[in-house]
Amino acid sequence: MTVMTQCRARRRVLRIAVGVSLLALLPTSMPHIAAQTPPLPTYKLGDLVITSASVRQPPKGARVAGGYMKITNTGKDPDRLIGGGAAFAKRFEVHEMAMEGGVMKMRELPTGLEIRPGATIELKPGGYHLMFMDLTEAPTPGKPTKIKLRFEKAGEIELDMTVTPASGADTGHKHH
Amino acid sequence: MTAIKLIRMLAWAAVVALAAAAGLAALGIRPGNLDPGKLPFAAQVGGPFALTSHEGKRLTDADLAGKPFALFFGFTNCPDICPTTLLELTNRLAELGPDGDKLRLVFVTIDPEQDTPAFLKTYLTNFDSRILGLTGTPTEIADIAKKYRAFYQKVPTSTGYTMNHEASVYLMNARGRFVGTLSHQEPADVQRSKLKRLVAQSS
Repeated sequence: MTVMTQCRARRRVLRIAVGVSLLALLPTSMPHIAAQTPPLPTYKLGDLVITSASVRQPPKGARVAGGYMKITNTGKDPDRLIGGGAAFAKRFEVHEMAMEGGVMKMRELPTGLEIRPGATIELKPGGYHLMFMDLTEAPTPGKPTKIKLRFEKAGEIELDMTVTPASGADTGHKHH
Repeated sequence: MTAIKLIRMLAWAAVVALAAAAGLAALGIRPGNLDPGKLPFAAQVGGPFALTSHEGKRLTDADLAGKPFALFFGFTNCPDICPTTLLELTNRLAELGPDGDKLRLVFVTIDPEQDTPAFLKTYLTNFDSRILGLTGTPTEIADIAKKYRAFYQKVPTSTGYTMNHEASVYLMNARGRFVGTLSHQEPADVQRSKLKRLVAQSS
């Protein structure tokens, strides 16, 4: 074997190795790309920044829907989510869900949800969430879904929630 | 007894022990699946019941005999876990293909006040049509929950109430015996293989 062909062979091995490792990356990186689109709007209210505001599309006929978002307090004083509402629901509460020994426990946060200075609170499935109850209209993907939130210090804000399709909930639970 | 015979016997004993352990693991029976304090013996989970289906018909445990079933407790005013579990079961059934007909899926409401047969019927149209919805009087629901050792509790809120409840899906064989659980937190392929095993061991 000449030096030239040896070199070429080595390069080919390298190329295959790079190709294989890129392929190995593909399946894990794809869902993340899909999950990041479309970008959700960012809302500012005083010292609070609200991102990823979404409502899960409820099953047909359901009376309740859960709302999720991230709230960051960029100020120096604590604030508190104390209320809110939406035209599509007769009742609104702020809830916490937690798994305790195989039991799903739900409770209303009686004094609201505190957001400490510098902290980001995430409302997400399986944790803190907004509860829209006695729905008068089901939140539907693509339709404007406006809600109001009231904070102790920052005051009131109206948000347009992105409605995520119900079918997206079964992800194989790789992110838990 | 020669030394070789002794070694051979020990080796076989190890094989039997390993097979038994693998068998139990395959059935999903292992501590920690359910709250161990609530689950001393698998034989004490499950039992006779009489409830009303989402079609408005009376239905008992005898109607479920002969096929394995997966049963879980929930309520329709549940924003996350219950619809997600129903969606997961719908998807797992589709993935099982023809094997999906060899088991039953049962959703028992622990909120019979809200979840009437008619309401369950509408709600279940969102999911696989093979999922059976069951409701009943508060006494009947309390009875089945007690037999399945499933905790549930009404929790008052400022504008109404919500429910605490057992989150696991119970896997029961064709004789109505408890053989394991599905968790909403496990990956789809784990759920799928547990359901496949449930079907395989019962046929």
